[in-house]
Amino acid sequence: MSSFPPFSSRIVYLPHSDIDTDQIIPARYLKVTDKQGLGEGLFADLRRKPDGSPDPDFPLNKPENSGASVLLTGENFGCGSSREHAPWALKTAGFRAIISASFADIFRNNALKNSLLPVVVDAETHARLVNLLALHPEAEVAVDLASQTVRLPDGFEVRFPLDGFSKRSLLDGVDELGYILSFAKEIENFERRHESPPGEVAA
Amino acid sequence: MNSPQTLFAKIWDEHVVVQEDGAPSLMYVDLHLVHEVTSPQAFTGLRTRGLRVRCPDRTVATVDHSIPTIASGLQAADKEAANQIRHMEENAAAFGVKLFGLSSPQRGIVHVIGPELGLTQPGMTIVCGDSHTSTHGAFGALAFGIGTSEVEHVLASQCVLQRRPKTFEVRIEGRLGPGVAAKDVILALLSKIGVSGGAGHVFEYTGSAVRMLSMEERMTICNMSIEGGARAGMVGPDDTTIEYLNGRPYAPAGPAWDRAVDRWRRLSSDEGAGYDASVTLDACALQPMITYGTNPGMGIPVTGVVPDPDRTDDGAMKEGLKKSLAYMGLKPGQRLLGQPVDVVFIGSCTNSRLSDLRLAAGIIKHKKVAPTVRMLVVPGSQEVKRQAEAEGLDRVFISAGAEWRESGCSMCIAMNGDQLEPGQYAVSTSNRNFEGRQGKGGRTFLASPLTAAAAAIAGKIVDVREMVNS
Ligand code: SF4
Repeated sequence: MSSFPPFSSRIVYLPHSDIDTDQIIPARYLKVTDKQGLGEGLFADLRRKPDGSPDPDFPLNKPENSGASVLLTGENFGCGSSREHAPWALKTAGFRAIISASFADIFRNNALKNSLLPVVVDAETHARLVNLLALHPEAEVAVDLASQTVRLPDGFEVRFPLDGFSKRSLLDGVDELGYILSFAKEIENFERRHESPPGEVAA
Repeated sequence: MNSPQTLFAKIWDEHVVVQEDGAPSLMYVDLHLVHEVTSPQAFTGLRTRGLRVRCPDRTVATVDHSIPTIASGLQAADKEAANQIRHMEENAAAFGVKLFGLSSPQRGIVHVIGPELGLTQPGMTIVCGDSHTSTHGAFGALAFGIGTSEVEHVLASQCVLQRRPKTFEVRIEGRLGPGVAAKDVILALLSKIGVSGGAGHVFEYTGSAVRMLSMEERMTICNMSIEGGARAGMVGPDDTTIEYLNGRPYAPAGPAWDRAVDRWRRLSSDEGAGYDASVTLDACALQPMITYGTNPGMGIPVTGVVPDPDRTDDGAMKEGLKKSLAYMGLKPGQRLLGQPVDVVFIGSCTNSRLSDLRLAAGIIKHKKVAPTVRMLVVPGSQEVKRQAEAEGLDRVFISAGAEWRESGCSMCIAMNGDQLEPGQYAVSTSNRNFEGRQGKGGRTFLASPLTAAAAAIAGKIVDVREMVNS
């Protein structure tokens, strides 16, 4: 069975661009030494009012959005820090795919390593999704990694880009470290001809 | 004859261990820097698989993000932070990794101590579970931030999978005017290209202005390359680089030094090497910069006015700007000059080195911090702290009414108790003005150490040129 089977889900829409990792999970939640409990920190400041109570207007807090596993956002999602706590928190909260016009590089890498699919769409498709949700907030999209497509309820289908390596890794559940370690010989050979590490020579 | 190559291409090509068709390159890592926040889960991963650290001699750890700066001991840290610091100590001991721990006189912010100790060298590939690893590119290294899964990969294999980025030349010509600092150069660049303008690229900073900059100034600029979306920023090594490294504890010495220098001198981009993108800045035209919004690309000259969201046609930009101004409590068309501030923070891996503290102290000397302002000065490392104290800079700050702290990340990320209160305004020499970055509800103006120090004295945002000229 595929590690990333096709699925359909409702969509939570966060209508802003440049959502940084400090907003996805504020630094005060980074003092953990495991991956537990990070869902609590997800959008912690955005989803609460200054007095600490939940903000009913924040999209993730709306009852109809509970259980959604697709997030739609503005461009350059995940900019800022390299904290992998961001995709961990999104995964913990049940998200499996994020649709945006673009992602920050490190976030995209981190997401892929956690089976969180970054779906890049063009501006037109993005606008179509936003309009769809404005009319039908309960609409579901179908995400299929094998065919690299997202399908809307009206039948509109769009193909999203993903490099073959990442796609295969997600579908087959490839263990990346295992892949890297399969090159032990090559790494050894490389080290033999490469310079020595920095040393405490002058001290 | 080979075709001319960029600095980036030379380092990249030299570090590819395996290149399979369609797969990312397997890159060898010369130096892996580790800190307490992004590494615990990676060490746990090693334990689960029964793996060791492949190259402990290429791995260096420190504690900086969650540590207290009020005093040096663990007893000053909160329970969670203390737990994280202890984890780092245990992991370093268990896996044989060199650690500059809480009691080490050589500890400091990871991006300050790497260069300071001479660990950071030209031509190296350097990674760290931290986006500001781009700082080390100032030495002509290829240095970029990675996530915790990749930290585990590097610990286990000394390699990381990467796709080759494109190159982006940032040419800066001319000379900076009085009152204008390296921080203003990078804030000006970010205001020009935006926070995703460099995505998928590596910046190389070139031009006469860059050649005139000290290593510390180059670090300030490379540090914030990530704020433009570029994973890395680089400067070709030259005499300034070599002079800086000579005699550092971990720099090569004796015949090895001569061989290294020989190699380093061949690294810079060849004449005629091509870049995928480029932009030019005129250093002479730059002014002191300040940010008004909630990302580092939202910067203006300090004398400028806050932009009007209604004057942009781009819908997303309009909304983003509106949201930022609402958070910042600022109005379109408003001047920032005269804006009252509550806190001034001098510190972070962007601006906490000796030269930054000297700039700030030069403004503060014989003056007093405004009674309405809390000023926090946090040196980037214990070594910077010692040097500053040897010059009497601590006295300058303390007698002006500022707080002088132990080294650490402190209010740059607000994990250790040093933070803004909701609604407070800060002028900060750090690198991120994101919502809540310096404390929940806190509002950040990013600026140079000069502009920050001037704001501390005046109690409001001022044009530092009026102080340096008079
Ligand atoms: S000083 Fe700030 S930006 Fe630099 S490493 Fe520490 S937290 Fe990150």
